[in-house]
Amino acid sequence: MSIIVSSIGQGLLWAVLGVALFLTFRILNFPDMTVEGSFPLGAATAVTMISHGINPYLATLTALIIGSIAGLVTGLLYTKGKIPILLAGILVMTAALSINLRIMGSANISLLNQKSIFSSPILQHLPKNFDSVFVGFIIITIITLSLMFFLQTEIGQAFIATGDNANMAQSIGIKTDRMTIMGLMLSNGLIALGGAVIAQNNGYADINMGIGIIVIALASIIIGEVAFGDLSLNGRLVAVIVGSILYRLVLLAVLSLGFSTNDLNLISAIVLAVAMMLPQLRKALKFDTVIKKGVTKHD
Amino acid sequence: MTEPVFSLKDIIVTVGDNVQILKSLSLDIYDGDFITVLGTNGAGKSTLFNTIAGNLAIDSGQLLHHGHNIAHESAVARTNYIARVFQDPKMGTAPRMTVAENLLLAENRGRKRTLRSRGLTKEKLTEYAQITQVMGNNLDTRLNTATGNLSGGQRQALSFLMATRVKPELLLLDEHTAALDPKTSEQLMLATNQQVTQNKLTALMITHNLTDALKYGNRLLILNAGNIVLDVRGDDKVALDEAQILKYFIV
Repeated sequence: MSIIVSSIGQGLLWAVLGVALFLTFRILNFPDMTVEGSFPLGAATAVTMISHGINPYLATLTALIIGSIAGLVTGLLYTKGKIPILLAGILVMTAALSINLRIMGSANISLLNQKSIFSSPILQHLPKNFDSVFVGFIIITIITLSLMFFLQTEIGQAFIATGDNANMAQSIGIKTDRMTIMGLMLSNGLIALGGAVIAQNNGYADINMGIGIIVIALASIIIGEVAFGDLSLNGRLVAVIVGSILYRLVLLAVLSLGFSTNDLNLISAIVLAVAMMLPQLRKALKFDTVIKKGVTKHD
Repeated sequence: MTEPVFSLKDIIVTVGDNVQILKSLSLDIYDGDFITVLGTNGAGKSTLFNTIAGNLAIDSGQLLHHGHNIAHESAVARTNYIARVFQDPKMGTAPRMTVAENLLLAENRGRKRTLRSRGLTKEKLTEYAQITQVMGNNLDTRLNTATGNLSGGQRQALSFLMATRVKPELLLLDEHTAALDPKTSEQLMLATNQQVTQNKLTALMITHNLTDALKYGNRLLILNAGNIVLDVRGDDKVALDEAQILKYFIV
C-alpha cells in the first residue's frame, strides 16, 4: 500500500514536468531539449542555496527564475539566431552541464540535516509518503489552475494561435517570436521548479539527474492522451497529471517484476515508445473492431 | 480627387539573382477602391501584395500610408491597418482552435493583447452566429468546431470574416476563392462583394477569373512583367470586355 502511495506522490511531483513540457511540445508544437538542462539547473540552484542556509521556499522560487532564463536563451537562439529548435535546446542543455557544476561546486550535493520544503511542521504529522502526495498535489494544482486561467486570457490565446498557425497569428498582429520565447521561459521555469522540488524530495542534487527527463515528461503527456483521447484543453492538462501517475504505477509494476532501478531509463523509453505506438497498433491489430465484436450480440 | 490612403511610388523589388519582379511600379489606392488585379503567372501580383503587406523588402521607391513612408515597418506592425486573405484555406485560420476562438483572436488585431480574460461571452457567440450566417454555408452552426474540421469553403469564409472583423484600411485578397469548387467559390465571391460594398472597404483582389474581375469592383488593374499595363476605373471599367483584356495578356 505505502509503495502505491509513494508512486502517486512521485506521479504528482513529476506531473509538473509533464504539464510544463505540454506548453512547448503540444501547444508550440516542437520538442524542446532544454528541459534536460533546466531540470538539473533548478535542482542545483535550490539545493545549493538551501545548503547555504537560504529559505527553501525562496530557493525553489529562484530555481523557477533561473530555469526561465535557460528557456530565454533557447528562445533567443531559435527566434533571433535562427538555429533549429532541436539544436538550440541541445546547445543550452549542454551548456547547462557546466553551469550546474559551477553552481554546485561538485557533482553531488546532499541535503542531509538541512531544512527543505518537505520539513514543514504540518507535513510531519502525515503518515509516511503522504508528504510528497500533499506537496505534489498543492504544487500541481496551483500550476495547473494558473495555466488554465492564463491560456484563456488574450495573451494565452495568442500563444496558442502562435503554435497552431504562426502565419495566421502574424497576419492578425501577434508577435510570434515573443510568444515563442515566453512559452519557452514559462515551460523551462516550471521544469526547473520541478527539479528543485524533486531534488528536495530526494534529499540531494546530482549533476546527471537531467538525463532522460524529456522522455519521462513526454510519457505522462502521451499516456494521458492515449488513456483519455479527445478532450478540451483544460481536460488535456488534467490528463497529463493522471498520465504522470499512471506512468509511475507502470514503473512500479515493472520494478516488481524484478527489474532494478538501473533499468529505469530503458523502461521509461520502452513505456513511451509503446504508448506512442499504441494508436498505430490499435489500428493494425483491429483492437477496436475485435472489442466491439466481443460486446455485441451475434446475429 | 482626395488624398490616396496608400501610395506606391516607383517601387522596385528584386529577388534572387537580380531578377526584378516589380519594375518601378507606381499605384495610388483611394478610400473605398475595390480593385481587381489581373495578370499572368509571374507578372508580379503576389510580389505586389507581399510588398504592401511587408513580407518583402523593397529595393527602391516609397510606400506611403496617408503620406507617411512605411517601407521600414515590419509586417506585424502593418497588420494594424492591413488585413489579408490567402489562397490556401489552411493559411488563414488556427486549425485546433474553434471558429469562435479564431474570430475572437481576429478581434484583437491592432490592439494590445493583455492578461485579461479573452471574454468569449454568450453575447459574443450570438453576435458571431449572426455574422457567420451571412456567409451562407452553415458556418454559424459550427462556432464551437475546431477549424481543422471545417470544409475548405467554410475555412475560407472564416478567414475572410477574420480579416474584416476589425475594419482594415486595406484588405488584400490573394486569389481567396481559387482553391474552392466553382459553386463554393461563387458563393464566397458574392459574400465578399456584399461585405466590401456594404462596409465600404478598400480592397485589392487578385484573381485569374476574368468574369469576376469584370463583374466586381470599381477599378481594374492588369500587371505584366512587373508593371501596371492597364488601370481603369468607373465607366471605363464597365465598358471593358474579356476580349479587350486578353489583348493585354500577350507578352
